[in-house]
Amino acid sequence: MIPDLGKYADAVLWSYAASLALLIALVVFSVMRGRKVRMEMEKVENRMTRNG
Amino acid sequence: MIALLLRDLKLAFRAGGGFGLGLAFFLIVTVLVPFSVGPQSSLLSTIAPGVLWLGALLACLLSLDRLLALDWEDGSLDLLATAPLPLEAVVSIKALAHWLTTGLPLVLAAPFLGVLLNLPVPGFFWLVISLLIGTPAMSVIGTFGAALTVGLKRGGLLLSLLVLPLYVPTLIFGAEVARRGATGMETQTPLLMLAGITAATIALLPFASAAVLRINLR
Amino acid sequence: MSIAAKTNTLWEYANPRKFLATSERVLPFFWMSSLLCLVVGLTWGFFFTPDDYKQGSTVKIIYLHVPAALMAINCWLMMLATSLVWLVRRHHVSALAARAAAPVGIVMTLIALATGAIWGQPMWGTWWAWDPRLTAFLILFLFYLGYVALWEAIEDSDTAADLTSVLCLVGSVFALLSRYAVNFWNQGLHQGASVMRAAAVTGADTEEKVSNIYFYPLLLCIIGFVLLFITLVLYRTGTEIRARRIKALLARERLNG
Repeated sequence: MIPDLGKYADAVLWSYAASLALLIALVVFSVMRGRKVRMEMEKVENRMTRNG
Repeated sequence: MIALLLRDLKLAFRAGGGFGLGLAFFLIVTVLVPFSVGPQSSLLSTIAPGVLWLGALLACLLSLDRLLALDWEDGSLDLLATAPLPLEAVVSIKALAHWLTTGLPLVLAAPFLGVLLNLPVPGFFWLVISLLIGTPAMSVIGTFGAALTVGLKRGGLLLSLLVLPLYVPTLIFGAEVARRGATGMETQTPLLMLAGITAATIALLPFASAAVLRINLR
Repeated sequence: MSIAAKTNTLWEYANPRKFLATSERVLPFFWMSSLLCLVVGLTWGFFFTPDDYKQGSTVKIIYLHVPAALMAINCWLMMLATSLVWLVRRHHVSALAARAAAPVGIVMTLIALATGAIWGQPMWGTWWAWDPRLTAFLILFLFYLGYVALWEAIEDSDTAADLTSVLCLVGSVFALLSRYAVNFWNQGLHQGASVMRAAAVTGADTEEKVSNIYFYPLLLCIIGFVLLFITLVLYRTGTEIRARRIKALLARERLNG
């Protein structure tokens, strides 16, 4: 499955792991914050329209 | 303008701590270096120009948060902003006062601290020259940083984070002049670059500082 | 006349509502296409390219290192452009886009530095060298940190946008200066830019080019990173716009109640 990486296997695998982890963390954090803010905005907007 | 300069100088002297603090800090950093790297005089004389430059830079940084904060707190900054004097001039005067009270003493103290670090003899001249040319840039850049963070309650740490990356070119060329001078190499290129950076920051950065200050005073 | 019409259509997106509506519509497409490009490009690069005769399998790190480094610089350029737009035309979307982009730039810089260190260990025999390119990237990282810290420190969002914009302009000048200063300060270990050189792409110079076997998957990865950057910035700008709206609504509520 994994191609033969020779003696540098560690370096290649670590750099892929680190980069993908950083990218995924960035996406997850962005989406989580986005969801939270969107829900909060809807809540505030609903309250505003109810109270006029 | 001159009245403002005199007022700032007088305040700096009278406030006590502010004036001597930078010098004392510079001295302590220089004394601590041999403790951390060992007392071998050959090693010390190699790193002396860089250490003295770094010490001067940090000592300069130390007094920056007082540069505008005091005037901000007692409201005299608002008065200065509405005065007929353009804010760019006010900012330049502030930077000049900071240089006279912090930068110039550091330049004068540097050779004595150079003795402590076994600075080679030809290095003394170039160290003083490079600091003399480099420290005004540090004051002007520092004024910009102080103007950015003037309205913040805990601006001190943020100020260092903002200003230190801006000091990089000055530090590189300044320390390069001192290092080359100490080892007897030609110093013209880095010296010209250092002078160019200083001249450009003095000419241009007060506009940015004044703009930032106007935003903060809004 | 046609120019005026064109600029008008661009500036329409300065309206937050319009921006939100449009970004909502195009975001799914961007998410999918960036994911597709990255998965295909990285898989191609990781599994189906041969080892380099000199670098061995570490050549595969290029598919992450080069795109991340490119985006780290382009992200700062984008922040510079949006800061200018904010200072000149005062569109909130522009300032918020700069704010949204900065953390993405930090992550890209980190990826470039990390993969570079991991690659450098077997190739140069050291994790880190004070090479001009590496040093300049570290300085760029510091600038990003200062920029984000200033955004976080200031309460009023308009003041924060103004101050960070000025910092971005001044910082750009100093970052460029630092780049030349470190060039002067230490001669490099890092190879020259080998991907985007026109001669290298056309194959006219033979000394140090990225050959075509590596170039196509790399191109795909670069496109993937660009798309991912656009996706994230659009999405995060939407978040910032909503956060700003919440603040405004709450302020109005407090005023009325």
